[in-house]
Amino acid sequence: MALRIGVSFVRLNYLRHAVRLLSTHTQPEVINNGGSISDFPGARAPYVTEMKFLNENSYDLIPIYRVMDKNGEVIDNREDPNIDKDTLLHMYKTMVQLSQMDKILYESQRQGRISFYMTNYGEEGIHVGSASALSHRDLVFAQYREVGVFLYRGMTITELVNQCYGNCEDPGKGRQMPVHYGSKQHNIVTISSPLATQMPQAVGAAYALKRVPNNDRCVICYFGDGAASEGDAHAAFNFAATLDCPVIMMCRNNGYAISTPTSEQYRGDGIASRGPALGMHTVRVDGTDALAVHNAVRRARELALNNKPVLIEAMSYRVGHHSTSDDSTAYRPVEEIQKWTKEESPIQKLRLYLERKGFWDADAEKQCVKEARDTVVRTMQEAEKKKRPHWKEMLEDVYYDMPPRLQKQMNQMEKHLEKYSEHYPLNQYQQD
Amino acid sequence: MASLLTRKCIIVGKLTKYVNDYTKRLSSHFIYYPDNEKPVAGETTKMNMMQAINNAMDITLRDDPTAVLFGEDVAFGGVFRCALGLQDKYGKDRVFNTPLCEQGIAGFGIGLATAGATAIAEIQFADYIFPAFDQLVNEAAKARYRSGGQFDSGALTVRTPCGAVGHGGLYHSQSPEAYFAHTPGLRVVMPRGPITAKGLLLSCIRERDPCIFLEPKILYRSAAEEVPVEDYTLPLGKAQVLREGDAATLIAWGTQLHVLLEVAQMAEEKLGVKCDVIDLMSMLPWDEETVCNSVKKTGRCLIAHEAPLTSGFGAELAATIQEECFLHLEAPITRVTGWDSPFPHVFEPFYLPDKWRCYSALAKLIEY
Ligand SMILES: Cc1ncc(C[n+]2csc(CCOP(=O)(O)OP(=O)(O)O)c2C)c(N)n1
Repeated sequence: MALRIGVSFVRLNYLRHAVRLLSTHTQPEVINNGGSISDFPGARAPYVTEMKFLNENSYDLIPIYRVMDKNGEVIDNREDPNIDKDTLLHMYKTMVQLSQMDKILYESQRQGRISFYMTNYGEEGIHVGSASALSHRDLVFAQYREVGVFLYRGMTITELVNQCYGNCEDPGKGRQMPVHYGSKQHNIVTISSPLATQMPQAVGAAYALKRVPNNDRCVICYFGDGAASEGDAHAAFNFAATLDCPVIMMCRNNGYAISTPTSEQYRGDGIASRGPALGMHTVRVDGTDALAVHNAVRRARELALNNKPVLIEAMSYRVGHHSTSDDSTAYRPVEEIQKWTKEESPIQKLRLYLERKGFWDADAEKQCVKEARDTVVRTMQEAEKKKRPHWKEMLEDVYYDMPPRLQKQMNQMEKHLEKYSEHYPLNQYQQD
Repeated sequence: MASLLTRKCIIVGKLTKYVNDYTKRLSSHFIYYPDNEKPVAGETTKMNMMQAINNAMDITLRDDPTAVLFGEDVAFGGVFRCALGLQDKYGKDRVFNTPLCEQGIAGFGIGLATAGATAIAEIQFADYIFPAFDQLVNEAAKARYRSGGQFDSGALTVRTPCGAVGHGGLYHSQSPEAYFAHTPGLRVVMPRGPITAKGLLLSCIRERDPCIFLEPKILYRSAAEEVPVEDYTLPLGKAQVLREGDAATLIAWGTQLHVLLEVAQMAEEKLGVKCDVIDLMSMLPWDEETVCNSVKKTGRCLIAHEAPLTSGFGAELAATIQEECFLHLEAPITRVTGWDSPFPHVFEPFYLPDKWRCYSALAKLIEY
């Protein structure tokens, strides 16, 4: 495997290649039947006379590509992406902004100000590492724990907080639960709760882009280690490969799907091992290392734009609870959480890297954290003053044109509200 | 820092006001009417619906050595904690997590049932049952029919939380009973509280047809009842008449039943009339006899459900009632339901067929 570029992509198109590329220690003794290769349409593989079952130990574990060590020191200087200072600072500030937003919005849910929230702790490096390696025109399909990508692309805290409040300035018009962001302007498709549904959709979108003359855009699709168990995930990988789609399938493997640890989610070598099996270029990276993620996505984008779909498995740890509805101490040891919080913080790693480069110091840090926090607090104060959208928004956008039957229902509700207005919280909503 | 602190104080001040508003929005849209009648004699314990369901599964696992319970996050009790403690009690081979895949859960359950095991499958939210639709509709429902009675999936029960909770939005609020009620071969059941949950779930588990057991999730912890400790079942395909009157027949299931119980009380107080209130409990097969006998008596009928109006289960009831009770009807059958839109987050108070919408419809129905 060519490790020189640092990011090594594995592709398993033919068993011959796979054997050479992947199975370094249990290569089956190939006893060629007169050197013949089978003609089966389903597998042009060599014949052997020794029967051998393969299992998850037939292959070396797929290694985890990293650029920095725990202290933010670049391990092999050839792998330093040498990102320009402005971009690096934007990456770092986005991470700080994200973690401050998480802290305050999580707390605000506890206080009853918003109905739900999900934090991104521990996965900030995946967000900014990938977003910084893409064009803002590349289309994003997200799961729900990727708000750093939105921030990096310039979606404002105001827009995000308004969504969480479901007020009249929420771009989603108050219809979805908090954290279901979306932005046409920033090329990020609105999040939907049913898991993995975005995966084959991302592949279809990539196919559409491919057919645009002189296409220079790809699609990135984020999904969790849990979502990867859905049937849609398999469909997505298989469609991406067979239809040669310009798509990057980005798995955030954070060790848990709510309470279910990866040990009960899959056997075999994680999500990455499925890539070569289905014919996708594949790499596994340290998701707590924003630079490693950046390098992987940059290279993946080049491949994708040549219509070679890529699977990236970014390893991380879900430091926070699954959501505000969850208490993860019910199923995992506190020490485990602490270890990952302290020792493998993606924010800390990038900060140490920046400090080494002389781009950052304690003062800058203090200032940045304060600004980030103030922005969220100020935005929340503003968001709280805004009313929810007019109740009629409830029945808009179901169809492009409202069908007469729905119009009739709206009229019924309008009449009902005239008569029974005191029983409805109308003052919290915009009115005619 | 100081300025930040004062700012925070301002926020806390505002917060109190806001939280009050907010609680108003999140306070549930119904009053819970507990069951007072015990379905069987004997010892009872106070249980909420979550505990009653836990108890039914506990009894099953205790008495049926083939029984297994599985689904996403079920090992630690499930996200609504209905399976709490059961893995510790019965072991990891009987109560376990599955990978995150609803079609897998349903298919796996059908396989268990085919090979003679009792399968209790949990789908984390009814909104996420659709990847399993093919397995349930094409496989579980049709296994007996297509094999000439040689095979069946009767030992499969799929439990899943459904319905409005105040803040669930599009994908944590749906009531998909009508999709499944369109499928010959399935049984579709919804309890209204702890006592019915235990009795109906035990029936579903033992019933020789595959069952979809929809659990209104807002009821899990909202109220407790004196639930018989021992094993008992409630008949499937049978409705219950909970209030009797002659002015109209009010029909609902799950949470909505409690809304109609309150509406019946309002009608008594404000309009001086009494109504039959029927908990349908089983949507498929459903109890035509109880429903039609009531409507023949009252001549007026109101059906309410949270799911959207068009092709909701109310449509099936209304069509059958007008066919069977045509000459007894004094007014058109009325449906009060969720609107024909996805289930919205902040508009929930306007979306639900709440007591005021139901009361208003009932008043018109009676005046008609
Ligand atoms: C189809 C479907 N099934 C179940 C759920 C409920 N659910 C929401 S998040 C989640 C766990 C997802 O885990 P993972 O994909 O690993 O992402 P993570 O939360 O760890 O970021 C589950 C089971 C859902 N949203 N959609």
